[in-house]
Amino acid sequence: MNEDILTLAVVTGILTSAIRLATPYLFAAVGEAFAQTSGVVNLGVDGIMLVGAFAAFYVTLQTGNVWLGALVAILVGLLMGLLMSFISVTLKAEQGISGIGLYMFGLGLSSLLFKLLVGTVQTVEGFRAVKIPLLGDIPVIGAIFFQHSIPVYAAFLLVPLAWWFLEKTTWGLKIKAVGQNPAAADSLGVSVDKVRYFSVCLGSALAGLAGASLSTALVNLFQENLTAGLGFIAVALVYFGGWKPVGILAGALLFSAVNAFQLWMQVLGANISSDVAVMLPYLLTIAALVFATNRVRQPAALNKPFERGEN
Amino acid sequence: MTLPEPKQKHIQRIEMRDIVKRFPGVVANNKVNLQINAGEVHALLGENGAGKSTLMRQLYGLYRPDEGQILVNDKPQVFHSPADAILAGIGMIHQHFMLVPTLSVAENVALGLQSSHEPLLDLQNVSQRIEKLSQAYGLKVEPDAYIWQLSVGEQQRVEIIKALYRGAGIIILDEPTAVLTPQEVNDLFVTLKRMTSEGHGLVFISHKLHEVMAISDQVTVLRDGQSMGTRPAKGVTRDEMVKMMVGREVKPLAPQPVQTGEVCLQISGLRAAGDRETEALRGVDLNVHAGEILGVAGVSGNGQRELAQCLAGLRKVTGGRILLNGQDITQASLQERMAAGQSYIPEERMRDGAIREFSVQENLFLRDHAASAFTNGIFLHFARMAARTREVIQQYSIKAPSAETPIKNLSGGNIQKLIMARELSRQPKALIAAQPTRGVDIGATEYIHQRLLEQRANGTAILLISEDLDEIRTLSDRVAVMYEGQMMGILSRDEASVETIGLMMAGVAAT
Ligand SMILES: Nc1ncnc2c1ncn2[C@@H]1O[C@H](COP(=O)(O)OP(=O)(O)OP(=O)(O)O)[C@@H](O)[C@H]1O
Ligand SMILES: [Mg+2]
Repeated sequence: MNEDILTLAVVTGILTSAIRLATPYLFAAVGEAFAQTSGVVNLGVDGIMLVGAFAAFYVTLQTGNVWLGALVAILVGLLMGLLMSFISVTLKAEQGISGIGLYMFGLGLSSLLFKLLVGTVQTVEGFRAVKIPLLGDIPVIGAIFFQHSIPVYAAFLLVPLAWWFLEKTTWGLKIKAVGQNPAAADSLGVSVDKVRYFSVCLGSALAGLAGASLSTALVNLFQENLTAGLGFIAVALVYFGGWKPVGILAGALLFSAVNAFQLWMQVLGANISSDVAVMLPYLLTIAALVFATNRVRQPAALNKPFERGEN
Repeated sequence: MTLPEPKQKHIQRIEMRDIVKRFPGVVANNKVNLQINAGEVHALLGENGAGKSTLMRQLYGLYRPDEGQILVNDKPQVFHSPADAILAGIGMIHQHFMLVPTLSVAENVALGLQSSHEPLLDLQNVSQRIEKLSQAYGLKVEPDAYIWQLSVGEQQRVEIIKALYRGAGIIILDEPTAVLTPQEVNDLFVTLKRMTSEGHGLVFISHKLHEVMAISDQVTVLRDGQSMGTRPAKGVTRDEMVKMMVGREVKPLAPQPVQTGEVCLQISGLRAAGDRETEALRGVDLNVHAGEILGVAGVSGNGQRELAQCLAGLRKVTGGRILLNGQDITQASLQERMAAGQSYIPEERMRDGAIREFSVQENLFLRDHAASAFTNGIFLHFARMAARTREVIQQYSIKAPSAETPIKNLSGGNIQKLIMARELSRQPKALIAAQPTRGVDIGATEYIHQRLLEQRANGTAILLISEDLDEIRTLSDRVAVMYEGQMMGILSRDEASVETIGLMMAGVAAT
């Protein structure tokens, strides 16, 4: 291996990529945290991301408007969230199975629409980098943190926002209560179903946005199965982060850093098999889940449909 | 729905008329009439499964009556959900508390209410109001504490504050005293009296008749879903109440002394940690002889729960030894303990003793799934199991629609009878019984007590852990009093007066 492969330029490059790559993880995992905090595991995140990614890509391709693309991705995510809530909250179906179903639906739908409407892989002009005045000019630091596109900034802003929402608002309190003890919330007149619909839909809208950030801010293209399981890593990140936005941030950064490192090593032609390199984030997922089992903080009613009147 | 922060609502009178509620296989309420008045304590009595909780859950909007009417101040009302009942001024303290353990007291109180700074939480404001209520009604609570840190008594105070905070005029208390120590019961009664003098109407459910006599103005008795009528509490005696509830007389037991045998269960220097990282058992020494009931009394939280768990093998022992008939079982697995002849009736029967989703029959055979008369190689012998289940249901008069009913649909007392049946049918050499009659009705309590005495006569060594002093004194041959993780002393049956036990429970050594 080349001795001076890790020059300052390379390190800066890796860190810049790490920040960029954290974007879809953050949107998707913070969104999933909302759903799970209310007691619903949504394993369909990856499928929602794929549909969101395609929607944003296609709208941008047709209209040239990335903002419109992101908006449509959010709406599409919302619709898929409604579907997930209907199945798991109203019909009380097994959440894991409905989530897998939703994933396969999203995978199939996005591939089909891509073949029908686009056909070949092509790029779009995605979100442009916006250099933050002053901060963006700081050497090294500026390049790493303050020369990104809007979705990247938005994803990082989402972390404190989500914390604030969960900890400081009446809605956040209801979401936490419904996830921990739905019968208690119900006995105080809180509609468990309504809160779960809200949380799952909010999470799914964010998953749609995560997809949009992937196809119109990170790689600026769409292909079949663009996410390659990223949505599942996002679900794992929620466990890893102990259902706390800050924990999710730490996890997302860890994973995106490993990912960025792996990408750069491939680009620089380091002597690692690319298959092994690509496996790295997934191996890390498993390791992280083994070592970071936060059973204590897990919403007690996670994965349990609520029925009134059982004591 | 977010409810507005309400003022105290005044309800003069609530009437439930001809209420009928059916569940698959049972009529839980059959044309029940009940009238609750402001300023009164209305006791609701009945055996386990008589339909008390079901009736009250309809008043609180958790179930819809199949037939009948609910009138608030003479106006008919339909409650679609608890939100409607709360708005109408009804509050309920549930048999199993409805609190979110990971949230603080203030957060639990504020849940579902509109805040003064919507959408922001305004916990400071909430805490202030909690403190006002807590002073006005003598309910000591710490608004910033987390629920999981609180004792059962404290949690109950939070539940009452929750109802008062919502301006409830009528408050239902479903077996509020079942989990309280005698001292806590006294405190609760002071609060309840203050509430009635403020014009609240209360429904009080309890299986302890002396409590009912002490606090109630009216008494309504339910039997098998039907009302046996309402009477002013002043006019009825204990025996009359029992007769209305059970349909026969239940006399207090007077156990005959029996010959005790060798030491069976030998506990020496037992140490263990508690849940909150403090040492819960600090060197416990006890010997239980064959054919003896040793009662362990004490204010809850002095290590009784941990002692039971150590003996059952559910908690790590950090020091000392446990011998069963000379065999060291200190570190034995659950199976080894069972094989050595030990049975265990847990205090948290829903958590440690039974599986909610499983049927009556499945729960009855939870322990005998390995080798027993009910297996055929690796297969279960279903015909024999079914026959045995029918037998047990009959013997222990367990009220269940069928053997296939999941036990989560049974009333609390019936689940306890089921566990009792399972553990006793194993003919144990040593039996650990933790709060065996908590929440159990009079008839079933008598039945369980008789079974315990029967086991004693068969030569079983029984360790009875209970916070019910009457139970301890009726059954025990000797009484050990526990205080801060140690035994204060051991009293013989004659020495064990309420006064002496009470002093030792408070940490004052016997002289
Ligand atoms: N959700 C339910 N589904 C089916 N049956 C039920 C349900 N809830 C209660 N029951 C049945 O209705 C009857 C009345 O139960 P309920 O809980 O009202 O009794 P209870 O008087 O409160 O008894 P306890 O003193 O043991 O609490 C019982 O036979 C019980 O098995
Ligand atoms: Mg009950």
